[in-house]
Amino acid sequence: MRKKVIISFLIKTIEVCKVSQTVSKKDVLHIATLARLKFDDEQAERFTNDLNNILGYIDKLNELNTDNIEPTSHALDIYTVTRPDKAEASLSNEDAIRNAPQSENGMFRVPKVIE
Amino acid sequence: MLGKTLKELSEALNKKEFSSAELTQFYLDRIRKYDDDICAFNYINENVINQAKAVDEKRAKGDTLPVYAGIPMALKDLIIQKDMPATCSSKILEGFVPPFQGTAAQLLEDAGFLCLGKLSMDEFAMGSSNETAYRKKTRNPWDTSRVPGGSSGGSAASVAAGLTTFALGSDTGGSIRQPASLCGITGLKPTYGRVSRFGLIAFASSLDQIGPMTSNISDNAAILSVIGKYDKKDSTSLNVAQEDYTKYLTGDVKGMKIGVPKEYFAEGIASDVRECVNNAIKAYEGMGCEIVEISMPHTEYAVATYYIIATAEASSNLGRYDGIRFGFRAEADNLKEMFYESRSQGFGDEVKRRIMLGTYVLSAGYYDAYYIKAQKVRTLIKQDFVNAFEKVDAIICPTSPTTAFKAGEKMSDPLQMYLSDINTISLNLYGGCGLSMPCGFGADGMPVGVQLLGKYFDEGRLYNLAYAFEQQAKLPVMPEKLK
Repeated sequence: MRKKVIISFLIKTIEVCKVSQTVSKKDVLHIATLARLKFDDEQAERFTNDLNNILGYIDKLNELNTDNIEPTSHALDIYTVTRPDKAEASLSNEDAIRNAPQSENGMFRVPKVIE
Repeated sequence: MLGKTLKELSEALNKKEFSSAELTQFYLDRIRKYDDDICAFNYINENVINQAKAVDEKRAKGDTLPVYAGIPMALKDLIIQKDMPATCSSKILEGFVPPFQGTAAQLLEDAGFLCLGKLSMDEFAMGSSNETAYRKKTRNPWDTSRVPGGSSGGSAASVAAGLTTFALGSDTGGSIRQPASLCGITGLKPTYGRVSRFGLIAFASSLDQIGPMTSNISDNAAILSVIGKYDKKDSTSLNVAQEDYTKYLTGDVKGMKIGVPKEYFAEGIASDVRECVNNAIKAYEGMGCEIVEISMPHTEYAVATYYIIATAEASSNLGRYDGIRFGFRAEADNLKEMFYESRSQGFGDEVKRRIMLGTYVLSAGYYDAYYIKAQKVRTLIKQDFVNAFEKVDAIICPTSPTTAFKAGEKMSDPLQMYLSDINTISLNLYGGCGLSMPCGFGADGMPVGVQLLGKYFDEGRLYNLAYAFEQQAKLPVMPEKLK
């Protein structure tokens, strides 16, 4: 009896480890919401599989100890570029809305925001 | 007209051996004849012939013209040319006609070039085979059952097939060099900050760079001399003096030190590719270069690092496609639903995969474990290059592990596709310059490319090394059947 409990505990622990290392279908649907993407069941299944494969490969980075390494966000040194606060020529209203799927009176028209 | 360098074309036009209209018509005819099979062009500028005639009229009147006046070229479909569609080969940008001019296109226009049209690519430059394109899936001119590489596949194929004099591409993780290698042409990724990104539709902003794709080294150097210019409209453009890179092409490379990194010749490199590249190394030795074995120990982590950093940046950059201001909009009852539908119907699978991965590595609880970790490993990869360039002037290695693969072969396995960029990706993380040029043919008769990597703003040296090899190797640059 005791043995059985221990085994089931071990299985559970393994499952928890597995889940913490990879993404579940539920995670994928959550990320999709953050990215404003929609997936049907088949797609969610496929993306879960793809992401787990890629993340499995990416885990390779944990072989490296990076404790005392500074992160690089940009290859070359760059500096904040400023200019005098003076208005310069920019797109005309007509040009700015020229590509809008829908526009009205020089503005972008969107579907209803508030129900 | 085929096989002439840009300098020769410019001279021929000045001597009135042929007119700009004739030259432009020649390329339009070739596009009509061959592009049904090659599928390189997303858009053909029908007006270009009138622009060419206008140049001819000015020339006849004796007006002073820019050096490349009336020579046609083409652009990858993420480089903005004012009033010409820019789709990134994506459904989400169908119908978008930029109301502003990009800097690279403007500089080419100032130099006199005319734009033949826009070239197909992997959707949003995400892919290594041109197969993620929404419409035109470009094929390799040497064998149309094979891919041209990617993401600048349309650019590489159009140059290899002689459908344009040259093309511009863009390189985020190898997207100029890998297709150049697979199509047997020359492609250069300039140092980050050399060419303005204003008017380059963003994929991964800390890695993206525009570069020339040409059929010879001298053209490549000539084009970078035109577009490699500081631009205040791009805050990451570096204020470094514009150069005439053709001045470096002496062919004298005696005493130069070339590093051979063992990690770039790892297991996955095909034996025929290895053999061709080794022959190039021997050729350099014969020209008086010193060949030095070096090690870049963090190379094996580059693909993993890249797919965190590039997707993180992409997920943020692609947030702008929301169906409101430009491009595709799906009909929906409310705003939120419109976002979901426009993006889900507008993006293809590979783009969605990368947005998902990027969103995940930036999301709460994973930011440090993935994104910061990758930025730290980026430091180590960068250090490998800094250390290498203390010992050598340039690095030589294969561009792609194999020659062009068959269409469909890697589409079902994203990770396998990512690994085809294993030899090009590190350079973007470091930010230096890199060039791929043809160095022979594989067992399957397909072109093999060799890559030269250089330190920041050392394009001149790379061009001279490449030129020395080109003059000696004299390889065919175009499939016989297309001549």
